[in-house]
Amino acid sequence: MKTENQRAWFFVLPVLLLVAFNALIPMMTVVNYSVQETFGNNLFFWQGLDWFQNLMRSERFHAALGRQFMFTGLILLIEIPLGVAIAMSMPRKGFWVSICLVTMALPMLIPWNVVGAMWNIFTLPDIGLLGYFLNHVLGIPYDMTQNIFAAWVTIIVMDVWHWTSLVVLLSYAGLVSIPEAYYQAAKIDGASNFAVFRFIQLPKMKNVLTIAVLLRFIDSFNIYTEPFVLTGGGPGNSTTLLSIDLVKIALGQFDLGPAAAMSLIYFAITLLVSWLFFTLMTKDDAR
Amino acid sequence: MAKITLSQLRHSYFPNPRGPEDYALKQIDLDWNDGGAYALLGPSGCGKSTLLNIISGLRVPSEGRILFDDKDVTHLPPDQRNIAQVFQFPVIYDTMTVYDNLAFPLRNRGMAEADVDVRVRQIAEMLEVSDMLKQQAAGLSPDNKQKISMGRGLVRDDVNVVMFDEPLTVIDPHLKWKLRSKLKELHQRIKATMIYVTHDQTEALTFADQVVVMQEGEVVQIGTPVELFERPTHTFVGHFIGSPGMNVLPCDVKNGAAFFNGQQVQLEGEIVNGAGGKTEIGVRPEYVSLGKSGLQARVRKVADVGRHNVVEAMVGDQKVAAIVKGEVPNQGDEIFLDFKTEQTRLYADGWLATNARGAA
Repeated sequence: MKTENQRAWFFVLPVLLLVAFNALIPMMTVVNYSVQETFGNNLFFWQGLDWFQNLMRSERFHAALGRQFMFTGLILLIEIPLGVAIAMSMPRKGFWVSICLVTMALPMLIPWNVVGAMWNIFTLPDIGLLGYFLNHVLGIPYDMTQNIFAAWVTIIVMDVWHWTSLVVLLSYAGLVSIPEAYYQAAKIDGASNFAVFRFIQLPKMKNVLTIAVLLRFIDSFNIYTEPFVLTGGGPGNSTTLLSIDLVKIALGQFDLGPAAAMSLIYFAITLLVSWLFFTLMTKDDAR
Repeated sequence: MAKITLSQLRHSYFPNPRGPEDYALKQIDLDWNDGGAYALLGPSGCGKSTLLNIISGLRVPSEGRILFDDKDVTHLPPDQRNIAQVFQFPVIYDTMTVYDNLAFPLRNRGMAEADVDVRVRQIAEMLEVSDMLKQQAAGLSPDNKQKISMGRGLVRDDVNVVMFDEPLTVIDPHLKWKLRSKLKELHQRIKATMIYVTHDQTEALTFADQVVVMQEGEVVQIGTPVELFERPTHTFVGHFIGSPGMNVLPCDVKNGAAFFNGQQVQLEGEIVNGAGGKTEIGVRPEYVSLGKSGLQARVRKVADVGRHNVVEAMVGDQKVAAIVKGEVPNQGDEIFLDFKTEQTRLYADGWLATNARGAA
């Protein structure tokens, strides 16, 4: 017998409390800041929606948002196909499986700020392994502190290095769950390698790929530490992503009101795009 | 359509097999006649799936050859052998409709779309899935999914052999009957050779005209269901087929007569010359009756299985089962067991070692 009642809510209550204290209440203080102006000493002046209006018209915000979308878009375009390709070329059984998996997982174990510092030193033109090699062995002028293009290439390569593994591991988990019979049936049906990928592997990986895209989107859209340590947002403002700009406004200029408004809009965009991804990628399942 | 010949087939999963125990298939010489309905019966791990995969071309045997109508196909890949295989778990292409699933093997071979349409509709009709053609295959029930995977095999009209690898494992019991009779019907309509792998004797005996019984990588007997039941050539067949299986009783052979628990037991006929090694008497519970004289035994257990009772009695420390209709003794009773002479045989080292009466 299935009884229906509202008792389940009691089980959700502890989580609700936890979320209230670590997310909802702090966020409400941000909402509070976003509609007021303060000069310290707990003095607040009502501003209404001014900060939001200013922000929507701010070219600085538009530029940072554009850079953010470009960064996230590029890393998704590289990491998802690359991760799937690597997962597909990994062995499915035998001695090499664990070695591949551990090697793949290693970059993800390194803390963000260490990754930033590592790549910073790695790319220094005169002493960094990569920087020296490019400049003095191959003769390619490369200095990410001076050249915008070099800076962008560096932050993207760094993120690909750090996080493609996540896509690899998730795709791999999807791939190994495919029973051998599917491959055998495809062979008997005379399917090409592409058909096997298109009609067996990709559909079976779809769920884990949805998760991979979501995780990578959220993480890269909110990225702060690595590019901040690596480029500090430069040269100029060329790699000043949303979060770096936000910290500049909030803690550099101490404009708490505009920064609070920006946080809320930032949050809303992240939420909206995540929802879009999720809805689009799972819409077939509902049928 | 083709006759399939397996010639001196051996297969080992080890790269350098040392002894017979390293072989999953020990030595198989077998002919599958064109259009036959075969069952490959044996316990899990006896090598039947290996054999199937070798016929379909998913595995290349370590030694020996496979011939389709005298053409050597040992090293041909599966798609060039024109075979179909249905697996234990239904394999369907989730993102396609039922129609596209059925059309897939034909399109892969570059068939014109108009011909594809004719074949697909024909097969759908046969499998009674015509009304599902537009449906997404992922949403089907397991038995319909299994029908579709069968259909993908049958859709090609040049198919040499259709192989089923325990195809009813995931099907609900009440649908098993339906699907099995559908299979039988398809066999009669399509007339392709069918090989049905199973460890379930009921499935094997109801589907097949000829049953191939395997044990530990060897074929122990090939025969019709009746032959397997009436005259098993190996104690394994006797024990594996039947419920309960044949009684296999250790015995001594002296001067051409068999003695069980010190008492002589009449056999169906002469003992084959030179029969030695481990000798056993084999008699099916169906042919053991309770009488006034014979082997003395004590009833240990009586089980009512509906149609009849299975009496389990102890002769010395040896268990003997008897199928009894009508009145049954009580537990602990002293009884006498009588073996039907024509159905009592001697086995030496597992293999039949008596001649049928009048045959010798």
